[in-house]
Amino acid sequence: MLEEILMAGFGGQGILSTGQLLANAGMMEDKHVAWIPSYGPEMRGGTANCGVSISDQPISSPLVTEPTTLIVMTRPALEKFGKAVVPGGRILINSSLVDQDIDRDDVLVMKIPANKIAEEIGNPRVANNIILGAVLELTGIVKIESVVESLKKVLPPRRHNMIPANQEALERGAALAKELK
Amino acid sequence: MSKILMKGNEAIGEGAIRAGCRHFFGYPITPQSELPHYLAKRMPEVNGVFLQAESEVSSINMVYGAAGAGKRVMTSSSSPGLSLMQEGISYLVGAELPCVVVNIMRGGPGLGNIAPAQGDYFQSTKGGGHGDYKLITLAPESVQEIIDLMAKAFDLSDQYRNPVMLLGDGVLGQMMEPVELGDIKDVKQTEKTWAASGMKGRNKPNIINSLYIQPEDCEDMNEKLFAKYAEISGKEKLWEEYQLDEADIVLVAYGTAARICKSAVDKAREKGIKAGLVRPITLWPFPDNVIADAASSANNVLTVEMSMGQMVEDVRLAVNGTCPVHFYGRSGGMVPLVSDVLAEIEKLAAGGDR
Repeated sequence: MLEEILMAGFGGQGILSTGQLLANAGMMEDKHVAWIPSYGPEMRGGTANCGVSISDQPISSPLVTEPTTLIVMTRPALEKFGKAVVPGGRILINSSLVDQDIDRDDVLVMKIPANKIAEEIGNPRVANNIILGAVLELTGIVKIESVVESLKKVLPPRRHNMIPANQEALERGAALAKELK
Repeated sequence: MSKILMKGNEAIGEGAIRAGCRHFFGYPITPQSELPHYLAKRMPEVNGVFLQAESEVSSINMVYGAAGAGKRVMTSSSSPGLSLMQEGISYLVGAELPCVVVNIMRGGPGLGNIAPAQGDYFQSTKGGGHGDYKLITLAPESVQEIIDLMAKAFDLSDQYRNPVMLLGDGVLGQMMEPVELGDIKDVKQTEKTWAASGMKGRNKPNIINSLYIQPEDCEDMNEKLFAKYAEISGKEKLWEEYQLDEADIVLVAYGTAARICKSAVDKAREKGIKAGLVRPITLWPFPDNVIADAASSANNVLTVEMSMGQMVEDVRLAVNGTCPVHFYGRSGGMVPLVSDVLAEIEKLAAGGDR
């Protein structure tokens, strides 16, 4: 079992921290994990992406060049990485931000209006975790509870009031993915 | 103690603090900037000194000063910055000063790029600056191994009064992995009776210098250094053997390239190809005897590097003609894929031309 997840979008969308949250959850389940950011000559507001590898075996290279799962938060990210996903893999698109389609029938494509659902939950900042919830459901890579436990560790105590909304976001995403399955 | 997720660059900083290092002088450069960033925050918490110098040349000479005063001291940079430090490193060796120098390598030559590479093997292991000398060079492959090796780096440096290089690449610096930090222990440091830290009842001042104006004296110094290097070669080699049982094809790789090779070895074994790996952890002293042993019962040796082929020269010297030594590498910031290395192994197993 090796899941290689690439999350891609713009700086400021919480891509890197969502990746760290997932890696942390994998670590809490005693899995082998690695996280690596893109660290090109980036600028504030420019592209940002990170790779998260989770496995029951030691991870050879943490660089994710052929993702099993791709999360895209911007149109350029879809154009850049859409073709790299392995056949049989998954592409999750935040359709609140990306209105483009991808012309591939060998991968599962799931469009999630994450920002719209986040508004419904009452907190626009939980959008990423809606998509993350769907990834967890589709891959079974870590449990939602582990992500919630990680939130308790990575968030400072003054932000712990954000945890219920994040948990709801994860569960909403997972429910959407379940329907698709 | 539970595991935490940590970046390689941060782990170098934390490992240094835990090894008793309280002085850091450096200048930022990608992909190692998280290290000075981390120590800028962490050093004041332990009453240490963090100083961002105006250049790499200044950093390494500040290291000379602190090392001369007998303090555990570290600097760090990435490839082009290390080129700037070479004169200072040579002076540190000449004055027999201990320190730890970190190089998180990036693509070169020249300004190159900031992607991960292993093109500074020669610079680190063959001298780098002027004169006859060696740096003890440690090459970790994971964030955990960084933590485990930092104390070793400072201890070796103090014991042999020689700079130690910690050599990684951009992947190792940038990646986050789970680490077990362990308890903070009291660090036992050797007494530095040679340090220029006050007379303390002595009649003769300690002088830190690398000037040996008489050739006879300078030759004596070189011979002293190389007697030390002979001792280090005999005692301090570190390596990992991976799946070497009955290995027909022996891979040799270090750092990030070695991780990729381990995966390729596993996949080759699944296909019934008897491949194995020797991973040098000290690049100098080079574990040549281990490679020679593994090669003596193998059909082929394959060196894999993120360069155009540098360590392969040491592998050839170690194997000394007992079997063919092949090379596969990517350079300029490109990282080999597991599938690429596996394809090379399969070609060798099939006996075909590579």
